[in-house]
Amino acid sequence: MKKIALLITLAVGALLILAAEDFPRWGDAHAPANDYLSPYYIEKSLEETAVPNIVTAVLADYRGYDTMFETTVIFCAGITVLTLLRRTQRKAPKAVRPRPARQGADVILQSASRLLVPVMQIFALYVLALGHHSPGGGFQAGVILGASFILLALSYDLKTMLARLSENTLLRLSALGVIIYAGIGALCLLLGDNFLAYAALKVFGFSEVMAHSHGILGVELGVAVTVMAIMFSLYVDLASGGDLDEGL
Amino acid sequence: MNWDASLLWQFDVLIITMVILCAVAALTVRDLVSCAIIGGAYSFLMCLLWTEMLAVDVAFTEAAVGAGVSTVLLLGTALHIKRKSKD
Repeated sequence: MKKIALLITLAVGALLILAAEDFPRWGDAHAPANDYLSPYYIEKSLEETAVPNIVTAVLADYRGYDTMFETTVIFCAGITVLTLLRRTQRKAPKAVRPRPARQGADVILQSASRLLVPVMQIFALYVLALGHHSPGGGFQAGVILGASFILLALSYDLKTMLARLSENTLLRLSALGVIIYAGIGALCLLLGDNFLAYAALKVFGFSEVMAHSHGILGVELGVAVTVMAIMFSLYVDLASGGDLDEGL
Repeated sequence: MNWDASLLWQFDVLIITMVILCAVAALTVRDLVSCAIIGGAYSFLMCLLWTEMLAVDVAFTEAAVGAGVSTVLLLGTALHIKRKSKD
């Protein structure tokens, strides 16, 4: 059976490599992908949205719908993991042994993480705020923020961390992010333009271009809040098997 | 920006070889915890590859999600199930 599987894999792999020969060369200026839509973004995105990073402009403005539903997918994934782990009866007792209490024993680990976490969180905010100009944006900022909480939970323990950031807060935050994103879209709708057409935000006293720029920042904030809360909630649930008692 | 990709083809070959090694290792290793760690290494190498292709946004996401958070999530899950994979 294994040999047949290997044979099939090799055959399909060889076929894919052969087919890849027909792709346009990497960086080819006349590849179909570069011919049709890219020139428009490259020429117009800066003057239409005042965002130098084209990736951010495409992600949060031209393709705003996609990003909104990606955020919703992340939200749903987090909720699903939580529900599955909480609602499924355990057949065998929990495999992982509770780790021995070591209150105050990990001085080096805890001091190091206490120094590191503020830097990580400020860097996350920097990534969020500078997504317009440099690589990064809401998603990456949310992941870094979530990772900083995971680091705290790893170096102290899950209970200490959950006492500061309870599961209820996490769930509210994750919903809040989606609401911020969809709310900005709905606000544009209320102001008489299309859903997520940030140009409508110019009633707040911006120029049309700056309205796009601020709209992008707003939705990135929503993405960051959801991703942060879901990343930490995923860790909390997976590491404790849904019991929220002890972590790794 | 002037960028001659052909200057760096040695790096490409090196990284791609290591990516393939990591992928094979992750499939052959029986211990799921080791597998999660190798997955983290794989993600980091992919992140290098994205950077080398100038897709910095993708590389950033790969570093944060692939090498960072998902390794921790896989580790946390692996400790709750049977550590040895059967196949």
